[in-house]
Amino acid sequence: MNIQGENKSRNNLIGLLPLWIVMGVFMIGPLIVMAFVSIMESNSYGGIHLKFDLSGYRQILFDTNLFDEMEFNPAYLIIIGRSFLLAVAATIISLIIGFPVAYYISRQKDSVKNILIFLVTIPFWTNLLIRTFAWIIILGKDGVIENSFGFIGIIGDDDSLNLMYTNTAILIGLVYSYIPLMVLPIYSSMEKLDVRLIEAASDLYSTRINLIFKIILPLTLPGIIGGSILVFVPCLGAFIAPDLLGGGKKLLLGSLIQFQFAYARNWPFGAAIAMVLLALIVTILYLNARINRRHEQNA
Amino acid sequence: MLNLMFKRKKFSKVWDFPGFLTWTFFFFGFLYIPIVILVIYSFNSSKFAMIWTGFSFRWYEKLLTNDDMQQAALNSLYVAFVAAPCATAIATLTALVVVRGGSFKSKEFSNGLVTLPLMVPEIVTAVATLIFFAFIGINLGLINVMIAHTVFCIPFAYMPIKASLEAMDPTLEVAARDLYSDRNSTFRYITLPLLMPGILSGFMLAFVISIDDFIITLMVAGGGSTTLPVYIYSMIKMGVTPEVNAISTLMLAFSIILVTGYWVFSKKS
Repeated sequence: MNIQGENKSRNNLIGLLPLWIVMGVFMIGPLIVMAFVSIMESNSYGGIHLKFDLSGYRQILFDTNLFDEMEFNPAYLIIIGRSFLLAVAATIISLIIGFPVAYYISRQKDSVKNILIFLVTIPFWTNLLIRTFAWIIILGKDGVIENSFGFIGIIGDDDSLNLMYTNTAILIGLVYSYIPLMVLPIYSSMEKLDVRLIEAASDLYSTRINLIFKIILPLTLPGIIGGSILVFVPCLGAFIAPDLLGGGKKLLLGSLIQFQFAYARNWPFGAAIAMVLLALIVTILYLNARINRRHEQNA
Repeated sequence: MLNLMFKRKKFSKVWDFPGFLTWTFFFFGFLYIPIVILVIYSFNSSKFAMIWTGFSFRWYEKLLTNDDMQQAALNSLYVAFVAAPCATAIATLTALVVVRGGSFKSKEFSNGLVTLPLMVPEIVTAVATLIFFAFIGINLGLINVMIAHTVFCIPFAYMPIKASLEAMDPTLEVAARDLYSDRNSTFRYITLPLLMPGILSGFMLAFVISIDDFIITLMVAGGGSTTLPVYIYSMIKMGVTPEVNAISTLMLAFSIILVTGYWVFSKKS
């Protein structure tokens, strides 16, 4: 028995080794190097000087003015704040749209249910870049919306609604990108919902509104929280929607980071913002894990 | 039975909410109308992407002569055909140990490690990998992209494999062992064949994720190793041309056909 036990732990080790090596070297390794780069001095050609320097982080809050003095500069804080607000808004809108959909799907018979859930997951499998690009055709100048409005005669030929490059455009793009991630977890908690509870409440003269807010919503809360996190996290670091629909003027965290590496060539600053984003995400995931644990303890 | 059905019907009135059907209808409209519009406009004969003038295959014909695009498409396939099998192999080994390895110290850790690429925002993974490759001086063109994709695809391959291992009936393996099959042949003739659908779906997920990946590739790929999504991105950035619609439609069709085929197949079996 002992020999077999040793064999097993050896086999376990061999089986896990590829994962540890690959993830350790090419996932954790890069994150450590990035953390290191964020506290180095920048090299104007891209890359870094090997010299400890916190200016990457300082730059998030302060600018150096002509007299070499530090001046508070809220520009990047505004970008962080806007990313946060847009991610929150996208999450709430996804929830409002997704909740009834998840409920409706969960109450269908199995064959219909399978097809509908498959239809929700298809966008997931298709290219996000292309799906966001489709919105340029819809929202853009002389796009589908402007054309049809012009056709009815609401706007003139040379007028533009200026739908693109706005926070609204980004918001539409974010909701469109990640809403399947809201519907699926809520749907799976709806599946576990005991319908007899709805029935009992209804028998006891609960109104329909109360059925939703006092019965269904609390019982599917784990799915709602899970879905919200799944939408919020990628929204906070989104790059494609702000880049394509927000243009250069409406930077968000994701596009700001990309900009530092692709154009500005300020690696320590880009790495510092990436670290801030990572810290925000880790905090949210940690809080979520704590809430979950408390839930489990109470249950 | 009849009684049960009758009851169900009666109950369904209690838990049906008026308006939810319409709401769901609009939701699917929201999800699919942009895709449909994109496809329709790819058959537009006008030179301006946004103005409809008539039906034509002209932009698809133009794709046939676009060598850069074809090279990018080939690159995408090369990367996916290396990254997806590597990711699937690593994911399979990990799933076997995590599900079947009993309880051991690093189990939670390994399980968390697999899902790390899903937790870290993609843009952060992308720039971290870019810095890492520049820092240690690995500059192997497409191979850099393949490595980055392998890492990113592991969790996607892992999930279906782990799920099908957990759903597998362990008594079959016990029966084989009872009938004097040794460890290796039990694995070879019982576990592996039963696990094959899970491995295949893991592979397919990884493959599609790799083909579609854009952000990581954008940051990691050097000049000569453009993949299709990165090429499409540069076309969009240069100005929207109907050619983008045509290639996008082909990519969408590729993904949707692959996934639908798989879905139908898995429903039947």
